[in-house]
Amino acid sequence: MQKTVSIKDLIRKDNNKNKLKMGVEKTVPFLLFALASISILTTVGIVSTLLYETFLFFRDVSIIEFFTNTEMKPLSRVEPSFSILPLLSGTVLISLVAMLVAIPIGLTTAIYLSEYASVNVRKAVKPVIEVLAGIPTIVYGFFAFTFVTPLLREFIPALQATNALSPGIVMGIMIIPLVASLSEDAMNSVPKAMREGALALGATKLEVTMRVVIPAAISGIIASFVLGISRAIGETMIVTIASGSSKNLTFDITQSMQTMTAYIVEVTSGDAGAGTTAYYSLYAVAFALFFFTLIMNMFAGYISRKYREAY
Amino acid sequence: MSSLSMSTEVPVKKETKDHVNKSVVYDTKNLNLWYGDNHALKNINLPMHENEVTAIIGPSGCGKSTYIKTLNRMVELVQDVSISGEILYRDKNIFDKNYRVEELRTRVGMVFQKPNPFPKSIFDNIAYGPRIHGIKDKKILKEIVEKSLRGAAIWDEVKDRLQENAYGLSGGQQQRLCIARCLAIEPDVLLMDEPTSALDPKSTLKVEELIKELKENYSIIIVTHNMQQAARISDKTAFFLNGEVIEYDDTDIIFSTPSDKRTEDYITGRFG
Repeated sequence: MQKTVSIKDLIRKDNNKNKLKMGVEKTVPFLLFALASISILTTVGIVSTLLYETFLFFRDVSIIEFFTNTEMKPLSRVEPSFSILPLLSGTVLISLVAMLVAIPIGLTTAIYLSEYASVNVRKAVKPVIEVLAGIPTIVYGFFAFTFVTPLLREFIPALQATNALSPGIVMGIMIIPLVASLSEDAMNSVPKAMREGALALGATKLEVTMRVVIPAAISGIIASFVLGISRAIGETMIVTIASGSSKNLTFDITQSMQTMTAYIVEVTSGDAGAGTTAYYSLYAVAFALFFFTLIMNMFAGYISRKYREAY
Repeated sequence: MSSLSMSTEVPVKKETKDHVNKSVVYDTKNLNLWYGDNHALKNINLPMHENEVTAIIGPSGCGKSTYIKTLNRMVELVQDVSISGEILYRDKNIFDKNYRVEELRTRVGMVFQKPNPFPKSIFDNIAYGPRIHGIKDKKILKEIVEKSLRGAAIWDEVKDRLQENAYGLSGGQQQRLCIARCLAIEPDVLLMDEPTSALDPKSTLKVEELIKELKENYSIIIVTHNMQQAARISDKTAFFLNGEVIEYDDTDIIFSTPSDKRTEDYITGRFG
């Protein structure tokens, strides 16, 4: 007699393994939770260290002075003074130049790729753009210093050897792929049916893009801008190399200036001894950097919720 | 595109009595369409008349959706489409080089299978068409919105929440909103591609009643897989099979005494 295999028997056999299964099912969530906690704990650790050391810094330097003084001379032996304003102006100005480059070019690239380019063109162009994102920032840095700055000086003789304009532009180029790629994703995920609805009403391609696709994708697009700005504020290498180390409170982009990040590099690689006020100022500057990025992200969240067109 | 030789003459459709006074809105002549190598529409010849509902029926894949999308040239959004032959809309060939496709689509509205409102407020959905065609005056826009929503028999349901997102409406309401969106630019023809296939029976009934009302002012061409629907609402019916028009006649004739065996088999449910 031929032995028949019953599916019910097989399932019953499998049921015997259930104990083990249940055990795994119960352990897995704990394991995942533990791993997920690592990033949360790290964040908490960093923020609390920053807060503590910043607190120590403000025992030496008054907080009002730090935000109103205009002189930043942390390592001066005669009369050290601390102010975040020159660093803040450097960071804001260079980021502004970067975003003036990155937003228009990134967004138009995204519009082209998502709405106009044929499938083949998109397939060819997207990887090339993403290569831009893979270039190490130090390469951008010396590119700004050895190529872009000399080139710009041909047209703007007043431009200093280290300045805000050139690293700003180069940083903008670096951020284009980020803005383009994320905006393109957001626009691409707008359902085709919506475009068809507008086209069927006699809208031109541009009208569909401007009045249907972009509004529907606006939260993703704004998110890409904000990530770009955060990237610009946090960018270190390009500005360390190409924008100089003058702590001037100025809004003249032809001048040498220092960002918050470049300041941290300078002081940590310089000769500020642990426990000195200059050493603690690092934490205060780092905390300010963290705080501004946080505010930016929250603001962006608010903006994208407000203008969101949920579909 | 016109390299195809027309070897077979297509039989001339017999004229039925009430055609006489009604002018032809759409006249399709020897239309062929290919998706790549796939010959999707074969030698289509169809006249369609003013203030009538023309239903297009046929089994899945017979080309009925392709055909209706060709009437406003939406089919060209698909990659690798080639077309030969003519479609005359109000005596002008829509495939003419100088023919502005936006103008055609302004005159010929389209309602899709799945409701596709924009993720905007109800008001902005209706105002979208008028706005892209240059109407900015708020007072006029308000009038258009009310008129269109009334025209699509949905005004009473939404008048108190015009500023709310259209996605909060039910599927049936969304579809009537999409019809209202078409009406807002006062089209001449309405193309409907299975407009009730995603709707429940109650909403379907409402849309059908609406179609019967709209017939007074618009010419309507509707694709449907639902034969009872075609019988209920249309004046003329075209039966498509494998990319060809098998039969085109008054709806009562198609559903009572069809002249082609295949039409009879289809409408009696023997296949499809």
